[in-house]
Amino acid sequence: MNVWVIIALIGLITFLLRFSFIWLFGRVEVPDGLKRALRFVPAAVLSALIAPAFFFPPGTLAPAWGNGRLWAGILAAAVAWKTR
Amino acid sequence: MSAFRTLFWQGVRDVSPLILGILPFALISGAVSIAAGLSGLETMGMALIIFAGASQLATVQLLEAGAAWPVVVLTAAVINLRMLMYSASIASHFQNLSLRWKGLIGYLLTDQAYALPIVRFQKGELKAKHAYYLGVALTLWLVWQIGSLGGILLGAQIPPDWSLDFSIPLMFLALLVPALTDRPATAAAVAAGCVSILAAGLPFNLGLVLGALVGILIGVWVEGKTP
Repeated sequence: MNVWVIIALIGLITFLLRFSFIWLFGRVEVPDGLKRALRFVPAAVLSALIAPAFFFPPGTLAPAWGNGRLWAGILAAAVAWKTR
Repeated sequence: MSAFRTLFWQGVRDVSPLILGILPFALISGAVSIAAGLSGLETMGMALIIFAGASQLATVQLLEAGAAWPVVVLTAAVINLRMLMYSASIASHFQNLSLRWKGLIGYLLTDQAYALPIVRFQKGELKAKHAYYLGVALTLWLVWQIGSLGGILLGAQIPPDWSLDFSIPLMFLALLVPALTDRPATAAAVAAGCVSILAAGLPFNLGLVLGALVGILIGVWVEGKTP
């Protein structure tokens, strides 16, 4: 299969994933249950995005308590909490 | 200056600390793609058409390994599944815009282009949310394209073991704290973080998707229990 076709396919799928709900909202009535769940997306996604980055040193999956990133994260979280 | 332009530049300013974190990633993705045997044109095509770093890297690796095309496409799609969550979460802020705007907003949606605006939107009402979003997202897009081009031109001069800049997780952490508005949201974050650590070994970024989904469910559950 031609590389360009693969790139185009992935691009199309990725665009549809991104565009999906942005397009749907305002066109269809969004169920209340979904609206309630969506409120938690930022907290859940941000936490799931960063937790492994702080917990594991780069390139490994072994937790390390002597890992400087973990302590940097705890300190940064404390400062962000205090100053919010 | 109009509200649109003011907010656009506010977005540009807010995202600028992230440039140092994105640029090395873009350089690496360009260089790795060339090293894997793709042409400069194909590499720029990926940056422009796919515009999603993790899935681009996976695509390059699978193409180099000679994987069958459905495997390549499916892997990239699974890695980008999280975009569905971002789209659903941010959609209500853009629901009155034209189709053209919605298309542009969708095309530019990335981890960072979601995270900064959504936290800003939840803090308080903005006159032109799409202007702020465009400032953030277009800056990220530009940095990604320039970085990819730089990676293509510099190629092998870029050390492959450059670690991705730690400023991105730190920035996300600073965004997470204001998102912890109440007990259910905090519970959602704690659950999502724990699951994503436990599931960090899963391929295709699925630990992130699983962690976020469990976190959302826990948030809804805790909210239901709170009178």
